[in-house]
Amino acid sequence: MPVSRVDRFADRHIGPQPDDIEAMVAAVGAMSLDALIDEVVPSDIRLDTPLDVPGPETEAEFLARMRRVGQRNRPGRALIGLGYYGCITPSVILRNVFENPGWYTPYTPYQAEVAQGRLEALLNFQTTVVDLTGMAIANASLLDEATAAAEAMAMMHRLQARTAHGANRLLVARGCFPQTIAVVTGRAAPLGIEIEVGDLAAMTVDDRVFGVLLQYPAEDGAVIPIGELIDRAHAGGALVAVCSDLLALTLLTPPGELGADVVVGNSQRFGVPMGYGGPHAAFFATREAFIRQTPGRIIGVSIDRHGHPAYRMSLQTREQHIRRERATSNICTAQALLANMAGFYAVYHGADGLRGIARRVHGLTRRLAEGLHALGVQPAHAHVFDTLRLRLSPAVVDRLRKDATAAGLHFRYVDDAAVGIALDETTTGADVAEILSVFAGAMDRPVPTVDTAAPEATPDWPDALIRRSPFLTHPVFDRHRSETQMMRYLKRLERQDIGLDTSMIPLGSCTMKLTAASQIRPVTWPEFADLHPFASVALAEGYQELFRELEASLCAITGLSAVSLQPNSGAQGEFAGLMVIRAHQRDHGEGRRDVVLIPASAHGTNPASAAMAGTRVVIVACDDQGNVDVGDLRAKAETHRDALCALMVTYPSTHGVFEDAIHEICDVVHLHGGQVYMDGANMNAQVGVTSAASIGADVCHINLHKTFAIPHGGGGPGMGPIAVAAHLAPYLPGHPIVRVGGARAIPAIAAAPWGSASILLISHGYMRMLGGDGMRLATEVAMLSANYLKARLESHYDVLYTRANGRVAHELIFDLRAFKPLGITEIDVAKRLMDYGFHAPTVSFPVPGTMMVEPTESEPLDELDRFCEALIAIRGEIQAVIDGTADPADNVLKNAPHTAAEATADTWSHPYSRQQAVYPRPFVRANKFWPAVGRINDAHGDRHLICSCPPVEAYQD
Amino acid sequence: MYPSDRHYTKEHEWISVSGTTARVGITDYAQQQLGDVVFVELPDVGQTFDQGAQFGSIESVKAVSDLYCPMAGTVVEVNTTLVDRPETVNADPHGVWIIAIELTHPDQTAGLIDAGAYAELVS
Ligand SMILES: Cc1ncc(COP(=O)(O)O)c(C=O)c1O
Repeated sequence: MPVSRVDRFADRHIGPQPDDIEAMVAAVGAMSLDALIDEVVPSDIRLDTPLDVPGPETEAEFLARMRRVGQRNRPGRALIGLGYYGCITPSVILRNVFENPGWYTPYTPYQAEVAQGRLEALLNFQTTVVDLTGMAIANASLLDEATAAAEAMAMMHRLQARTAHGANRLLVARGCFPQTIAVVTGRAAPLGIEIEVGDLAAMTVDDRVFGVLLQYPAEDGAVIPIGELIDRAHAGGALVAVCSDLLALTLLTPPGELGADVVVGNSQRFGVPMGYGGPHAAFFATREAFIRQTPGRIIGVSIDRHGHPAYRMSLQTREQHIRRERATSNICTAQALLANMAGFYAVYHGADGLRGIARRVHGLTRRLAEGLHALGVQPAHAHVFDTLRLRLSPAVVDRLRKDATAAGLHFRYVDDAAVGIALDETTTGADVAEILSVFAGAMDRPVPTVDTAAPEATPDWPDALIRRSPFLTHPVFDRHRSETQMMRYLKRLERQDIGLDTSMIPLGSCTMKLTAASQIRPVTWPEFADLHPFASVALAEGYQELFRELEASLCAITGLSAVSLQPNSGAQGEFAGLMVIRAHQRDHGEGRRDVVLIPASAHGTNPASAAMAGTRVVIVACDDQGNVDVGDLRAKAETHRDALCALMVTYPSTHGVFEDAIHEICDVVHLHGGQVYMDGANMNAQVGVTSAASIGADVCHINLHKTFAIPHGGGGPGMGPIAVAAHLAPYLPGHPIVRVGGARAIPAIAAAPWGSASILLISHGYMRMLGGDGMRLATEVAMLSANYLKARLESHYDVLYTRANGRVAHELIFDLRAFKPLGITEIDVAKRLMDYGFHAPTVSFPVPGTMMVEPTESEPLDELDRFCEALIAIRGEIQAVIDGTADPADNVLKNAPHTAAEATADTWSHPYSRQQAVYPRPFVRANKFWPAVGRINDAHGDRHLICSCPPVEAYQD
Repeated sequence: MYPSDRHYTKEHEWISVSGTTARVGITDYAQQQLGDVVFVELPDVGQTFDQGAQFGSIESVKAVSDLYCPMAGTVVEVNTTLVDRPETVNADPHGVWIIAIELTHPDQTAGLIDAGAYAELVS
């Protein structure tokens, strides 16, 4: 169907309209958009055919089709458990957070002064986790429960390596979820860790054992006293990590009180839809003494310039962007949006509400057990929270499977003689009656009746297992019981943050394009949101069809042969890709290859992932132009030719330039037996114009949360599928429960077979609505916009790296190092931009003392112009310091950002005016953003760590 | 600027020897490069390090550096005031020591440089 102009999605997604594009082409001094692209992208890597992908589609067509596709998913009632449970997302959270661009569009809160809202929300999450697990500290989310368990393993291993004996064995209780065991096993091998899965009661903790991993309650529902196990492990010198469930912990003695060293789990059932696997936030809690070994972001409390409390991300030196291959983890993008939702669920319900939900789930589980008992079926365990394990004859299991499935009741079929049933917040008395009726039918027995009129029950567990300690005692968990209060709280926090709903977020390497509202709508439709990741694929035909199309489109875009949709972030894709390469090399008798070459300009996740994959990192130098030093690469590839595993290379480079030598670079690596891993973070400069295959890459990840419009969620979710060449396809990751991956699959690298499946719908929508030509135009406009910024700003700031012809790709670096002797740094410019209503560009990456700007195609020309006006004005403010007309210490830059409280205070002691401080240009008035706090004292926060909600008195002056 | 009563390393530690014991700290240049120091990871008393071995690390908000032992020795004391007041390293880098060691070979100063050479190195 021909798409009429008014409906053309490309015109809605791409900010600059056709006449703007013409003006911008003229401003950059190109003959045409095509001619500009010829100058930006080397000719030997250009694609000569249009992308073979479906589309374009109008928004209305997309939504109508998604309704139809959705009908081919049949979520029914998922009673499968294993870390994924039905739950009720309170509508006030659904509407004001999950479906609200104010919450889903911001980036990770590195610029804390304009992120106080979500930092407070993440602190609520940490406090919830700390209170419920009984541990001292928690981080602000990991990607899923299985990888959180793997992080716990790695942390315990590191801690033990410092004090002990080279112990390299992890004991894993059979009661852990199968997907957790699979992921942990896959992550253990490259670290030289041995996994022993067994019955904990029978295992011996000798001096080869550094850690123990167990699940509480166990995968079969058993609530067992773990205190003695923990004591026994400690007596044997091992540390203990416990996988647990936040809802159960409202009733169950928390692992922290029983001596656990780490507690991890999934917070999904705190109001986050299952989404056929994700996204949801895993949590990680541990002892205070281990905080410096903890993976992931940790929110803490510091003070601002005025001495007021202010939130920030603490102890970043643990993380990959600073510590690189020695980081505590490779995690970058996490699950901030979902952690925020889980925290808000706790805020809205409070301790009593959560306890009530838990008692209801538990009570109905007990009623179900009673009914089953009446049928002669004895659950395997007397003490359970919400999950029953039932041993039945194969004939009964067979009938049950048919009848229950027909009734839309989905149990876990453990084997041909065992069934698992997990209840949840959404289960009703009527559901229990229906389950019993299906069982009675399958057993040819009369239907037992159980009374579910008053479903809440207090657990009948041994006393030592009953939780006595209070939790969620901070007032924030007590003050938002009505929807009015909750809505205002959410809005108050939202207003403290800059998202794309406020203004452009010019973060280089992050691709902060807008997610269309249409793309995100299907994510919360029940047909997509309520499917359990381990439901039979026959119930998910709609999803499966979309996966096949998405895989085919990603193959077309990258030019590679096969795709795994499992990785939940770019970093996880890197790990997956390297493990695939290593599996291939091992299969070909080249398992000794363990050197990964990484250019000095690489993102921190690259070396961190390489370390996690058990390889040795060798850094390749960059030349004066910022390009990979081909001589150095040659020398190092030659030196390590017998050990060369791979090169990890970002393209266009992290410097925002299409390097001409890329073919030569890839050839050198191949010549010496290595594979080329392309970091696809910069794919927004490739789609439809060049591809991973055209440069010679064998594997790449694709940050769908960059190029393909998944919003950043304030620090996640993301998706980092990998695409591989044909020879690597057999090794794509598998899964222990659902068949995915290649014939010689590496173990699962994420808990769910298709990662955070529900947000794949967003990328699907992006591709379908733009179509091949639209995506290519988006790429071209992204590059035009970057070159436009260069044209407008290069007489004011030095542009660090370009191609020889002066062109940049989709982002560019402004060098501020010349101002450093005057005491003015990139941080001052970043903070001053806040006074102008903008989020800062990426600072200090990839080059310290600089800032990297990426406009993306979705920013309109007038916004680009406002941004330029702000940067030019700031350049004038710098000049005033240089010229001595502004005070070297007390100036608008050093004091930025300025708060409303400061600007309206009775006294004003600065040598510049209030107007200059807060309304430096006329355009600022129309859309003034007031930073909630003044510049934050980072050092104070790292020296005085507070990582859960501070007492209310802290806020009283 | 760099006191001449001690030796320096190219990794920006100083070591001040008296008899068979010595104290080790980081240079003014190092603290400037790091910025506000927020944490010093200290070894245990009794641990022994070879010359050039890593004995700890030092962190600022945005950077982390390993600390290398300029001469072989056994730790006899660590500066525990750094636990609560790591910022004193910024305030007085050449006065605030990090560890004190009993030297294994008190006369082995090979590989160390003097104040003048160090000042040249970092200029
Ligand atoms: C160049 C580069 N590589 C890798 C990553 C890691 O991706 P993710 O945050 O999805 O793990 C990023 C993200 O910022 C990046 O910019």
